[in-house]
Amino acid sequence: MIPVLSDLTVGDVVAEASFTLTRDSLVRYAGASGDFNAIHYRDDVAQSVGLSGVLAHGMLTMGLAVQPVVDWAGDPARVIDYQVRFTRPVFVDATVGALVSVVATAGALDVESGVARIDLTVTFNGATVLGKAQARVDLA
Amino acid sequence: MSVNPELQGRVFPPVAPYLVGREKVREFSRAVFATHPINHDPEAARAAGHADVVAPPTFAVVVQEATLAQLLGEPDGGIDFTRVVHGNQRFSYTRPIIAGDELTATLAVTSIKTLGGHSMVTAESTIVDATGAHVVTAISTLVVRGDE
Repeated sequence: MIPVLSDLTVGDVVAEASFTLTRDSLVRYAGASGDFNAIHYRDDVAQSVGLSGVLAHGMLTMGLAVQPVVDWAGDPARVIDYQVRFTRPVFVDATVGALVSVVATAGALDVESGVARIDLTVTFNGATVLGKAQARVDLA
Repeated sequence: MSVNPELQGRVFPPVAPYLVGREKVREFSRAVFATHPINHDPEAARAAGHADVVAPPTFAVVVQEATLAQLLGEPDGGIDFTRVVHGNQRFSYTRPIIAGDELTATLAVTSIKTLGGHSMVTAESTIVDATGAHVVTAISTLVVRGDE
């Protein structure tokens, strides 16, 4: 079922989800995306550039954070614009991984075009890791 | 070495066309936890009116990557890859990316700003299909940390 724009109110939570990232997730994303920067799979390389350890690809965090919106919208093609600012790293512990939580809220509703702006709050370890994370969803 | 301000406004030659494979869309979908059937199942995609499986919203980064490699490899660019941090990313679609698409990306440097010793380089990759019609524009802002 496709959400109906006129049923929405700004501030409504439209979707919520949590994702557990492991080192396996990072290797999988490296292969799928072609981003083989070693800071995403080698602690020694990450530490050599001043990081505490391996961190998730920002593009992996961006990629998964929009999925609850895709599922809510009912079709990935409905996401017509998506932007984020990368504000904090997601460190992925070798044994316990990292839990990333997403809350998607109606941020703005354009009745004329039928486009909803969905704002994403993406957190790891109690702090947001993406800023101005907004997906525009065509519900027309 | 610092970022060459003359990069602003520079348009690079188009990169070689990228053929979007169905299995690549599925592989990328698994990697970003995209579980929607339209990302994986051609029948589900056709039932929704698409010719084949639809790529997740951030898939365009795979096509964009070759253009960013051009930028980082530009001989007079002055961008030291080891000092680059990804600042912002945006994808603006005219239509979704579908398996079977042949996509060509062209990069333009739209802005270079200096902020407290760091440079912010904004690069736009315009991605068109085999007919030349616009599919998506991928916009990255890269933060290049200054010399200590």
